[in-house]
Amino acid sequence: MRFRSAPAATGIAAIVLMATACGGGGGDEGGETAAEDTLVIWSDPERADAIQGAAEEFAEANGITVDVQGLAFDDIQGDLLNAHQAGNAPDVFIGAHDWTGNLVRNGAVQPVELPEDRAAGVEETALEALSFDGRLFGVPYSQENIFLMRNTELVPDAPETFEELVEIGTELKEEGETSEVLAMAVGQEGEPFRMNALFTSAGGYLFGQDDTGTWDPSDLGVGSDESIAAMEKIAEYGEAGEGVLRRSIDTENDAVLFYEEDAPFFIAGPWNIGDANESGVDYGISPIPGFEEGGPASPYIGYHAFFVTEGSSNSALAQEFVTNYVTDPDFILSLYEADPRTPVQTEALESVSADDPNIAAIAEAGADGMPMPSIPEMGETWEPLGQAQAQALAGEDVREAMEAAHNTIAEQIGG
Amino acid sequence: MTVDTDSAGAPRKGAPARPPLPGGRFTGDGSIGGRLLKIALLGLFTALGVWAVLPLYVAGNWWGIGLVVAVVALVYWVYLSGRTVPAKYLLPGVLFLTAFQILPVLYTMSTSVTNLSDGHRGDKEQAIAAIEAFSVTRDPDSPEYVLTVATTGDPATGELAFLLTDGRGNAHVGTDEGLHDLPRAEIDPSSGKVTEAFGYTILTPTEVNARSDELQEFAVPTDSGAGIRSSGLSSAFEGSATRVYDEDCDCVTDTESGVVYHADDERGAFYSEEGQRLAQGWQVGVGLDNFGRFLLNPTFASSFFSILLWNIAFAASVTFLVFVVGLAVALTLHVPRLRGKTFYRILVVLPYAMSSLAMYLLWRDMFNTDFGLFNRMLGLQVDWLGDAWSARTAVILANVWLGYPYMFLVATGALQAIPRELGQAAQIDGAGPWQAFRHVTLPLLMVAMTPILIATFAFNFNNFNAVWLISRGGPFSPENPTAGATDLLITYTYRLAFNEATAQYGYAAALSVMIFLIVSVISVVSLSRSKALQEVDR
Repeated sequence: MRFRSAPAATGIAAIVLMATACGGGGGDEGGETAAEDTLVIWSDPERADAIQGAAEEFAEANGITVDVQGLAFDDIQGDLLNAHQAGNAPDVFIGAHDWTGNLVRNGAVQPVELPEDRAAGVEETALEALSFDGRLFGVPYSQENIFLMRNTELVPDAPETFEELVEIGTELKEEGETSEVLAMAVGQEGEPFRMNALFTSAGGYLFGQDDTGTWDPSDLGVGSDESIAAMEKIAEYGEAGEGVLRRSIDTENDAVLFYEEDAPFFIAGPWNIGDANESGVDYGISPIPGFEEGGPASPYIGYHAFFVTEGSSNSALAQEFVTNYVTDPDFILSLYEADPRTPVQTEALESVSADDPNIAAIAEAGADGMPMPSIPEMGETWEPLGQAQAQALAGEDVREAMEAAHNTIAEQIGG
Repeated sequence: MTVDTDSAGAPRKGAPARPPLPGGRFTGDGSIGGRLLKIALLGLFTALGVWAVLPLYVAGNWWGIGLVVAVVALVYWVYLSGRTVPAKYLLPGVLFLTAFQILPVLYTMSTSVTNLSDGHRGDKEQAIAAIEAFSVTRDPDSPEYVLTVATTGDPATGELAFLLTDGRGNAHVGTDEGLHDLPRAEIDPSSGKVTEAFGYTILTPTEVNARSDELQEFAVPTDSGAGIRSSGLSSAFEGSATRVYDEDCDCVTDTESGVVYHADDERGAFYSEEGQRLAQGWQVGVGLDNFGRFLLNPTFASSFFSILLWNIAFAASVTFLVFVVGLAVALTLHVPRLRGKTFYRILVVLPYAMSSLAMYLLWRDMFNTDFGLFNRMLGLQVDWLGDAWSARTAVILANVWLGYPYMFLVATGALQAIPRELGQAAQIDGAGPWQAFRHVTLPLLMVAMTPILIATFAFNFNNFNAVWLISRGGPFSPENPTAGATDLLITYTYRLAFNEATAQYGYAAALSVMIFLIVSVISVVSLSRSKALQEVDR
């Protein structure tokens, strides 16, 4: 009978055990109050260590700790919006400038006010790209744009026009030196990001702009005659035409074609530089050439920026970090050493370009570029436009494809 | 026998003693080890409960706390009382079923009648707060200040004061009453920050940071009606909110343009007379609009039903083919005289053992028109993923390859459970091998295989990876860029909901509910049919 009260004893023992476990955790709770002075930053894993290291000085000066957490770059926007809604978002995060519109309409970021001397040190277009309704929402630190990479052993001089590029490439292909003319990713679903340079050169446009450069979502240009004519011109180089731009070349195999010297030209981005150096190919960087009778080819420019989360409990420190620290040339240079991206801070850019000719060449390739529109409507264009471009290159009716894409986009952004 | 059954009421007089319960030493006081394990597990569970309650308490969610307490109490009662032996086995499963199956379904259903999407995530107060805060614009030509945050009282609670240094090096003090000169302040010449001022305690960065929320609201009123606000720890600017919410008219007025935006509680945003909306909206209930959108809108409806048709065809053909191939291989390797059977079986199971994600990507590359293995080996020029029917074939082919080993394993197991004598008896009765298989082996096999086939069908019905990683739902026809030839309902939903810039959770939830209903109906119908099948066999 001495076991009669056994269930009760078991229950009490369980509670006591739990209580002691929690008692042991008391020390951690002390740690939690200290955690209030931890600035949490979300970054992609590639840059996390660099930011952690570069932010140490800031942490020390202000008597806090900085905790940089690594997430895949493409996941940051979505995860941040969900975390913001759930109330456990970071204080600061790194992001692309074209997220601005969506972040703002979800109320997930704080406006930032840069002191005049800080703002003067940053490229003006970069600040405009991160503004929405005239307010700055993030502090840009680096930019990237695509460019033409060429095998300098096969092609010593950069082509001036796209026609020239195709001519040189075709010659090399006929001589048997290479098997491809150009490695430009198209894929089954199209790559409007890469296509934009040729698309703008041929006269196409996505959204209209007013005099101040503000994008006008009500002026959608995908189905316009100019855009259709532009795609028709590009389609001459497609599968039904010269066979230079093909859907079988996608982001998985484009770089390999160039590294293995199967293609003399490659539409590449800064993210390809590391692999290009390892591949042993002698390469040169130049702007993507436009069409002979067309306008300048404008590759999209993407800015990476630091944003402050709305509702952050450390907003004072977070604001201080982005306004006075992210704009500091020393900080940008230490980030550059870990992850070489073209800085938008003028002083840092000059010092970097002096050491690294690639950076200067990439910046030059982006001189005619245009910042990717940061309005939320932009996101709706990628898939329909990409599909239409892929279909145009496949030899389908260009007008039909572009007009269908136009209607789909219009329906999405109208609703 | 055990104390638990004992305490559950001693067997009544005349009633036979209960048989020992299953579960060995964990059921009762069998051993001290079992009891300790019980204590540890219950303690762990309680700790989990406490851990869950803390954030709920902070958020003031009393319903949530009540639920957690009730669940913990239920667990204690079930595992400490002796009367609840069956519940001890059922409870964990029921709890997990509720947490991971029923709640998500209910949550999805509740989301499907809202407009939850980008621009409509939070509530109305959040939207108004964001609209007002985001409209604070710096007044042009207004002075810029170097900021030092100070207080007249206690660093944690005292009234805030901004010690401001202007461009000429003069110090001012700003409180919520206004801006005054600050004589006798010491200023650091390099940074411009005030280092000491009589009557004010200068806050350290962490002290300022602790009052971040206050700082965001704090503005020193100036004569022009604007306010001096902080930007970080060391700078301040003069600005004013250009958009103001008025509760009386439930509207937002833009003081610069004079446009008035009225709240529309049906659409969850502020709209102006001209139909222009403010970007920040809020979540509202929209009833069955989300369902109506794809059932009634002709484009959506035709996409939806053509995708549904292909989806069923895809799931059915994959299930049928993996069954046929898996069974054929299993039968081949079931021949008793075959040597090296284990070796062959390992070979066959290999695709199943490899990561399906990597395999799908590999298959996609093999289907590449110019560089893919298929076209190069066979000397073809087929645009595998660019043509509707070849893309469908490609997706099914890859899935059969990945799926048949599982069917092979199940069929092998089932075959081994069928006595070979039955087949031999059939042969003695004069049946050929096909007849013996068709009328003896297959019906017996189906008893074990039918539930697996239904599960395979349901799995492939929602086999997101299979389509997304190989064709991403494509190819798309120029007429309809939203629905591709190989799109399943789930990939179509995903593209609509998440892959565009605007995440449309409400709409996606409505589509998910539809998929849930379709799969449920198919499963219930086939399961009840399979029950009939088993009864016939008996």
